[in-house]
Amino acid sequence: MGYRAKFEVWRGDSSGEGALQPFDVDVEEGEVVLDIVHRLQATQAGDLAVRWNCKAGKCGSCSAEVNGRPRLMCMTRMSTFEENETITITPLRTFPVIRDLVTDVDFNYVKAREVPSFAPPEGVAPGEYRMSQVDVDRPQEFRKCIECYLCQNTCHVVRDHEDNKPEFAGPRYLMRIAELDMHPLDVRNRKEDAQEEHGLGYCNITKCCTEVCPEHIKITDNALIPMKERVVDRKYDPLVWLGKKIFKREELEQREATGQRSLDDAGPENGSPLPADSIGPVGS
Amino acid sequence: MTTTAHDPGAPSAENPGRADIRARTLRRDRWWLAPLVNALGLATFVVYATIRSFWGSAYYVPEYHYLSPFYSPCFSASCVPGSSHFGTFLPEFPAWLPLALLSLPFLLGFRVTCYYYRKSYYRAFWASPPACAVAEPHGKYTGETRFPLILQNAHRYFFYMAFLISLINTYDMVVAFQSDAPDGSGRFGIGLGNVILLVNVIGLWLYTLSCHSCRHITGGRLKHFSKHPVRYRIWTGVSALNTRHMLFAWITIGTLILTDLYIMLVASGTISDLRIVN
Repeated sequence: MGYRAKFEVWRGDSSGEGALQPFDVDVEEGEVVLDIVHRLQATQAGDLAVRWNCKAGKCGSCSAEVNGRPRLMCMTRMSTFEENETITITPLRTFPVIRDLVTDVDFNYVKAREVPSFAPPEGVAPGEYRMSQVDVDRPQEFRKCIECYLCQNTCHVVRDHEDNKPEFAGPRYLMRIAELDMHPLDVRNRKEDAQEEHGLGYCNITKCCTEVCPEHIKITDNALIPMKERVVDRKYDPLVWLGKKIFKREELEQREATGQRSLDDAGPENGSPLPADSIGPVGS
Repeated sequence: MTTTAHDPGAPSAENPGRADIRARTLRRDRWWLAPLVNALGLATFVVYATIRSFWGSAYYVPEYHYLSPFYSPCFSASCVPGSSHFGTFLPEFPAWLPLALLSLPFLLGFRVTCYYYRKSYYRAFWASPPACAVAEPHGKYTGETRFPLILQNAHRYFFYMAFLISLINTYDMVVAFQSDAPDGSGRFGIGLGNVILLVNVIGLWLYTLSCHSCRHITGGRLKHFSKHPVRYRIWTGVSALNTRHMLFAWITIGTLILTDLYIMLVASGTISDLRIVN
């Protein structure tokens, strides 16, 4: 059964100035919030800007905040709201607005480029990679990421503190570092970098990234906390440090994998990190 | 309720181009409920544990060998006879010093630096953030990059100590199955106190072994599980427990209070132990 719902949609431009504009719009059974936005475009607000693509929760384009909660609009069913409820749709709050519900997510692309890419052992070419499934399973979870940036948007480290953007990569890219650090063939030592270059220490594990992830990736428990523990191994654990000095086991493993490099050497560059492109300073 | 003087969501020189939304949050659900419940729960435990740790009496039931976890291990000469299962190599304590001085700081540290409790109290007491997509009231944030919060990285050391203390708690629980017969000799016995102690010890082990540091130490730090099949199996088991770490954290708060309260009531003669066997 259809009904007429009340909506408030944020309309504004790249100056950030704008306001919530009220709409009354028809809702049909089985629809999601993105359907309603499309109906608004078709019937009442032809110039309403919205970014979308697959409408199946897999492209990560239609991220917005529905009633203040970061969501994919295409995965937010209208049946989860009361019929007399006014539904508010606003753009992601952490990123600058381009227009209406579309934000400029360049921050994430800059952060992506700052993460050194996969670094295989020297002398092993693509096509020669051999890995046990059991070793691949753990980082595989993080490959489910659709880069909707809901976690980046929700993380209070940058959402509430714009000044932290240069130092903090955000949960999505700290997870990428964890993925590579757990990768059975990646030989680059990423632990100190995670803490010193990508701001892992800013994370206070309050788990909002995990709460909003539409792919249900356990970002905090399976990526960020294990990464914090790995950093402790390298930076804050004198027993592990002593063990490494005495037995040199990890160093030997890495030397074996890389030819001659030691743990104190960050490992093969492999042409990365790519230079941050000309988007400009983060947050601008 | 929805606005504050500090409004990180509003555009400014620091937030260029962000949507000009003045409200602290547009969430309409009861987002404040979880931090409120957490704050009340944690405060209850801290107040109870502090009072009981400094209480200094009614922590041991001699005839059934029940020892409160807040007084274990009891190494001081001030401990009541029978409560020191590992000797009294420490001198008498003044009344203001907790008798379990050697364990309580580590147990406190274990819980304070616990990855779950950190989430809980950062949200509940520090409002950093109070809930997801609700602006925090602080103007500056450095997370766990500086002193004192950088000390959270010491969690694994508290885990090592908590592991040892869990062994001691287990010993205390087993010893309590030995009760005093009327003629003064020891005999096997089970009372409600034993059941409570057993449940508490199981809870403590589940909480301790489900710890994120335990997960890392047992296998999480490995790059190649395939080279360490035994550690991989242990890691798999710990990981399964780890998904319920929050649950165990709250269960053990409940069982610790219940265990101590029951022993206090029996030890003070307020109630008598419900005996099942002997």
